[in-house]
Amino acid sequence: MDGRLKEGERLEMEKHLSTCAVCQLRVNEFRAVHVLLDELPMIEPSAAFDVRMQARVAAEPAKQNWWAWFASSPRVAFAASMLVAAMVWVGSQTADTPLNAGDIDKINQNMSVLENYDVISDFAPLSDLPQPVQADDASDTKPNQQM
Amino acid sequence: MLDVQAGDEQSFALLLHRYRTPLVNFLYRMVRNREQAEDLAQEVFLRVYRAREDYVPSAKFTTWLFRIATNLALNSVRDNRYQRMEISLDAPLTADAEDGEEKKLDVAEMHPNIEQHLIEETRRKMIRRAIEKLPEKQRAAVLLHKYQELDYGEISKILECSESALKSLLFRAYETLRVELAPLVAQRAVR
Repeated sequence: MDGRLKEGERLEMEKHLSTCAVCQLRVNEFRAVHVLLDELPMIEPSAAFDVRMQARVAAEPAKQNWWAWFASSPRVAFAASMLVAAMVWVGSQTADTPLNAGDIDKINQNMSVLENYDVISDFAPLSDLPQPVQADDASDTKPNQQM
Repeated sequence: MLDVQAGDEQSFALLLHRYRTPLVNFLYRMVRNREQAEDLAQEVFLRVYRAREDYVPSAKFTTWLFRIATNLALNSVRDNRYQRMEISLDAPLTADAEDGEEKKLDVAEMHPNIEQHLIEETRRKMIRRAIEKLPEKQRAAVLLHKYQELDYGEISKILECSESALKSLLFRAYETLRVELAPLVAQRAVR
């Protein structure tokens, strides 16, 4: 009917149609429907269609990626790059500054604490210390003692 | 479409030029209103333009284009139906393209063979009404199959159904058309 059957299917159908009047009639009717549908005229879009379309496309906000945004704002791009450069410079300065004599004295004063590696690393040695007396227990016992 | 994706405005203009007539005709036959069909066609192209950067050529461009168009048309047909129901359940449908077609007849009266014109116009009206009466999914299937000449694979992707479901849909649609157009079909089938 629409010419889209595969060759094998078409031959099989034609073979059947040659012996079946009912199906032959039905196929002819479907073909007639197809031809009738061709009678509907095509319409052309109005003359204003393209103009309106172009206007609508032009009104669309342009999509920009990150770099395009930087390219369209050179001042922002300059400020951002200066900020990054400043951060890198400050970072490199603090890392390379040598210790002065005052700093070394402070470290030496605190060395006794710093050298107690066990305390610094896991606080486990602190568990050996006696438990502090509970303040509430003390307050509970005091009135009894008075009595 | 890949050129449009690359930002080539000229290619979008070519795309528009190539597909606007088939798209407007498809939408016109779906919604039966020329102005609305053009508005919907513009919406389709605008969506294509907006989605150009995300377009992945996994399917044919026509499949993608008519899938957008079909979805918009089906939504529009449903919206129109509810609007009509709100206005009046029994009101005759006069504010459509048929009025325009009938006005053309006044001009046609100047034609030497007015009787022939009237016959042709009556036939066209019958055919239009038969297509209109189809449920919207069947109508979309027939329009894509008959007028856009898309293959079953493409149409089934557009309508989001299997190929066998599409063939069944098309068979029911053409069967309905055969019955609706029986007087015209009989004339042709006899020839």
